[in-house]
Amino acid sequence: MSISRRDFLKGALAGGTLLVAGAPAEARENLTMPDEALGLLFDSTLCIGCKACVSACKDANNMPPEFSTPEQLWDTPLDISGKTLNVIKVYQDGTCEHKDVEKDGFAFMKVSCLHCVDPSCVSACPVSAMTKDPVTGIVGYDKDACIGCRYCVAACPFGVPRFQYDTPVPQISKCQLCKHRMGDGHYAACAEVCPTGATLYGKVKDLHAEAKRRVALKPGAQTVFPRGNITTHDQSPHTAKAAAYLPQIYGEKELGGTQMLKLSAVPFEKLGQPKLPERSYAATSETMQHTLYGNALAIPIAFLGVLTYVAKRNVKHDDDAGDDKK
Amino acid sequence: MSASHHHPAPAPLGGPLWTPTTKILAALVAIAGVILLVRFIFGLGAVTNINDGYTWGIWVVYDVVIGSAFACGGYSVALLVYIFNKGEYHPMVRPALLASLFGYTLAGVGVIFDLGRYWNFWHIFWPGYAQPNSVMFEVALCISAYIIVMWLEFSPAFLEKFGKENARKKLNKALFFIIALGTVLPSMHQSSLGSLLVVFGYQIHPLWQTMLLPLLYLMTALTIGFAIVIFEACLSSAGFKRPLEMHLLGKLSKVMLGMLVAYMVVRFGDLAVRGTLSSMFELNIEAFMFWIETALFVAPLVILAKPQARKHPAKLFVAACSLMLAGFILRINSYLVGYETGPGWNYFPSVSEIMVSIGMIALEVLGYIVLVRYLPILSGNNESTAAATNK
Repeated sequence: MSISRRDFLKGALAGGTLLVAGAPAEARENLTMPDEALGLLFDSTLCIGCKACVSACKDANNMPPEFSTPEQLWDTPLDISGKTLNVIKVYQDGTCEHKDVEKDGFAFMKVSCLHCVDPSCVSACPVSAMTKDPVTGIVGYDKDACIGCRYCVAACPFGVPRFQYDTPVPQISKCQLCKHRMGDGHYAACAEVCPTGATLYGKVKDLHAEAKRRVALKPGAQTVFPRGNITTHDQSPHTAKAAAYLPQIYGEKELGGTQMLKLSAVPFEKLGQPKLPERSYAATSETMQHTLYGNALAIPIAFLGVLTYVAKRNVKHDDDAGDDKK
Repeated sequence: MSASHHHPAPAPLGGPLWTPTTKILAALVAIAGVILLVRFIFGLGAVTNINDGYTWGIWVVYDVVIGSAFACGGYSVALLVYIFNKGEYHPMVRPALLASLFGYTLAGVGVIFDLGRYWNFWHIFWPGYAQPNSVMFEVALCISAYIIVMWLEFSPAFLEKFGKENARKKLNKALFFIIALGTVLPSMHQSSLGSLLVVFGYQIHPLWQTMLLPLLYLMTALTIGFAIVIFEACLSSAGFKRPLEMHLLGKLSKVMLGMLVAYMVVRFGDLAVRGTLSSMFELNIEAFMFWIETALFVAPLVILAKPQARKHPAKLFVAACSLMLAGFILRINSYLVGYETGPGWNYFPSVSEIMVSIGMIALEVLGYIVLVRYLPILSGNNESTAAATNK
């Protein structure tokens, strides 16, 4: 028996059509945020660039210092890395005269894990070393499960997970919202030490309400800003003039949302925050995988069945021929 | 047409193993071994240029993604012989399979060099750790399964050598299923090597980021498979001073060209449908590399357009090389050139990184030379003209 190329192509085409037709039914939607999700609100306009959060993060996570000055006297990380989970970066333009102004101004931005609602790293990780906590929504990392393939490093749209290239026993490093400190009543060290409340910790729904309040403020209006933990009000608030906020909460919609929300007066793209669609890349990738391999591997198994049948017909002659030769 | 065409039985080539060629190859393997020792003592950064912006270097993109595509000869020829029942190509199965076996096995081994926490690698197959939503999981599982399947597919050569006739007959009874698996598994993971990039989202340039990545990777893997068979046939004929099976290679190249045309239609159709045709006319490195990629895919169509050209060994060889290079550049482009994770990052492989990849290729070639001299793989050509009469 022999199937012609035309028949095979016809079959393949029919299969392909079926696949495409079946795709919408299997589409994997964006994941949704847990009710009690925890996160951070970073308000660029309140940040004074003191980097107390960078130092506190190092202490809380027991990470080594990183040097970028010739003297190597103190911890001066320029970016997150295998040794640094959190940095404050600065945007500068022209004369840098005014804070929170795009032209001839400057502004600060916190760089650390955004704890995506539907994280690419979790979808990419082949060994469940990256996980999304079903209650807190914290994106955690388990070094004992990790194989060091760095698919998470490559996949993250924010460039967050980092790898340790200078050791034979490397780990992925990323912010885990200080979940290891939560047992004794602590929370994210960066928010705990922030003197102006620029980094605020709490339940995402509380943080989101606070973000909406700020975006609606009249620029220059005297405003009370909470500090520390917005859900427990553990620290005294402080009062400052409201900045001219952009009417956007970064992280509200990006890739289905993130548990770190960001506010700014300078366009987010200028602060290194990419413009992103609302559909998560994890959803797109998993829709593709489920379409091809869903329903208990229906398509590969059917394919295998057809090929087994065809191969059996064709190989038989071949074997006889081999026996003849003996 | 059926697979019952009769060809001279494969026979060991014999001849010396310790030649200048094999000595050079062995030296290259040794150099790679030393570099890898440094890597395992001091970490990946000690010998590679990979960084957090380009965390996958050539040990992933060349050794695994491209290496396994270059090892698709066995897949393509098995598909042709056993599924499309073109028995005339049967003499090509074993040599193609051997090269594939080496290519894949070394791609599998190469992964270990690149894994930061390689001692945990078994987690990927272990319930509780394994994460089936991950494209990487699918790739790892399928490649590993395929390596085992290929060793089984190839084992008749060993069994013949050691006179295990009973075992060979038993295996032959199940061979049809092994062959079917041996076509399904590479179809799955060769396409998934493209799917790996889908989750990277905007980080992959629109010239390469598409939902058709799995199809593009699958089609090029098959086409490269045919090209590599032609390439290897030419090299082994020159190296072992055997006549070229021109009648087969010419016909094979026609199949290859057909696949290539289909690929080009899908490739440009996809760009048109996504409205990204204009990106190829921009003045940047991505567009430039896209044109190089496209030119290399088009060149074989031009070189082998006339039937007369397909009888010309040199033209066949050049066309095959061009196509292999095209598949190489497509993969480099989509994984490295078209990948942009933020400003300030760059990557070019270090000398030691390249030497490890070269060492892997040397090991493949060395293994191939040793095995064809020792095992019945290449068809016994001395009798080929006289004894190739059908029985």
